[in-house]
Amino acid sequence: MSEAVLIPTTPMARPRSDAAISEPAVVRWALVAVAMLFLGLFLVLPLVAVFVQALEKGVGLYLKSLVDRDALAAVRLTLLTALVVVPLNTVFGVAAAWAIAKFEFTGKQVLTTLVDLPFSISPVIAGLVFVLLFGRDGWLGPWLEARDLKVLFAVPGIVLATLFVTFPFVARELIPLMQAQGAEEEEAARALGAGGWQTFRRVTLPNVKWGLLYGVILCNGRAMGEFGAVSVVSGHIRGQTNTMPLHVEILYNEYNLVAAFAVASLLAMLALVTLVLKSVLQWKVARQLALAADGPAGGRKP
Amino acid sequence: MRIALRQHSVVPGFGLTMGFTLLYLSLIVLIPLAALLLKSAGVGWDRFWAAATDPRVLASYRLSFGASLAGAAINAAFGLVVAWVLVRYSFPGKNLVDAIVDLPFALPTAVSGIALTGLYGANGWIGRWLEPLGIPVAYTPLGITVALCFIGLPFVVRTLQPAIEDLDRETEEAAASLGASRLQTFLRVILPTILPALLTGFALAFARGLGEYGSVVFISGNMPGKTEIAPLLIVTKLEQYDYVGACAIAVVMLAASFVLLLVINVLQWWSRRHV
Repeated sequence: MSEAVLIPTTPMARPRSDAAISEPAVVRWALVAVAMLFLGLFLVLPLVAVFVQALEKGVGLYLKSLVDRDALAAVRLTLLTALVVVPLNTVFGVAAAWAIAKFEFTGKQVLTTLVDLPFSISPVIAGLVFVLLFGRDGWLGPWLEARDLKVLFAVPGIVLATLFVTFPFVARELIPLMQAQGAEEEEAARALGAGGWQTFRRVTLPNVKWGLLYGVILCNGRAMGEFGAVSVVSGHIRGQTNTMPLHVEILYNEYNLVAAFAVASLLAMLALVTLVLKSVLQWKVARQLALAADGPAGGRKP
Repeated sequence: MRIALRQHSVVPGFGLTMGFTLLYLSLIVLIPLAALLLKSAGVGWDRFWAAATDPRVLASYRLSFGASLAGAAINAAFGLVVAWVLVRYSFPGKNLVDAIVDLPFALPTAVSGIALTGLYGANGWIGRWLEPLGIPVAYTPLGITVALCFIGLPFVVRTLQPAIEDLDRETEEAAASLGASRLQTFLRVILPTILPALLTGFALAFARGLGEYGSVVFISGNMPGKTEIAPLLIVTKLEQYDYVGACAIAVVMLAASFVLLLVINVLQWWSRRHV
């Protein structure tokens, strides 16, 4: 659009009028009001409702719901799953970002698209593919059964489904950041005699640490909160293969609303912590990107 | 002539990181997805087609696509207002509001699902006002749309914000000085410029809506043919050990996702050229 309009090359002695490029005050306030009302109704109200319903019958019952044996087992399983999934996907994210951002090779665009692929796939389908692989009629089902190994309706299946849905988180944060920073600093470190691992640890890691942490936080939030994919592979065995979101579902379907919302409130608190950390880290990453843009590498996040 | 697959670089670790990336990608994503495609290919076209076009399945596609479209359209309209307000105006608590926009990303879907069902149920804070007006929300397609509005909003807002930030203020000033009213400037200068981003956000919200499960299953009521979304039908078929039926729906939904992914990539390419 901009080329269609002539912009004077010499600045004219005309005071820049803000009124010309903004809306009348009434419109401004009306738009703010509409935005706040929409966000309040659709976003804030559900969040508030979780805590209100959890505490509806008093703090005593709320706490009792949380220390219930099955609830604690669900918390343990959720933590265990995140503890396995997040480090694995972090290592993958760093490796993929290193390969994609620091080198030029054929098929880079295809690889980047494939890394992002799990985001475009329904979580239910993510669960389904593992049922097809490890189920009784699946490719590996008979082999596993002969050896008495359980993947489906057991912890390994939950971990695999969670790995799938949280697969891109770390990589997709690191790739643009590392691309913007370029490879000059690493090349300089190598020229000065640093080894490969030393270069990564002393040069690359400090440059990307906030972006890395950002990806890890998002990955962890999703890993702990995943519902659809895990629900397909878990088998819903109380106290054994129920993660926190699945436990919420069971309690809710049993009309045990206080307990359902109590466990849900823990997940909501996790979401709030994730949001706060995310905002802080976003600011730090923006600064790292600005530094990269000032440096010789140039470029900015697309 | 030798074709160089990769340009030479003094930075080490290409073989190691690329090897690990490809191995891990294959194990976690590609081989499992291949299992779905091979399983579907193995059942034969007739059986596959019959499973994919069963009336109950067709009803679930209609519902999933319709509710996702409606949700994405509502989000496009209100997301534009939210993004505009957040970029252009300053008001108390703006940073907090900006952070809250990401809530649907961060809140586990099962939690949003039961919270929305509680709100819009006959006894809920919102449902008790709408029910007497003859507008039941929970356990109707409208409820599904509400859940998809919740889940899709950040996609629209986060795609639009950078586009609005990048708008050239001089162009707006020029339009104003040439006698355009503010509304004319918005419709003829601003909107065409941010349109690619708006459409991208719409497509992202739509794609997410198609696959969404957790936040929808509680509020939808899950009546076959009426409020049964396609991802739920996959789960139902799996529980009945109808693997062919589950695979057929999954392949159709997967194909829809890929088409949308393609559209989104084209839109993003367009919006980059636009700026």
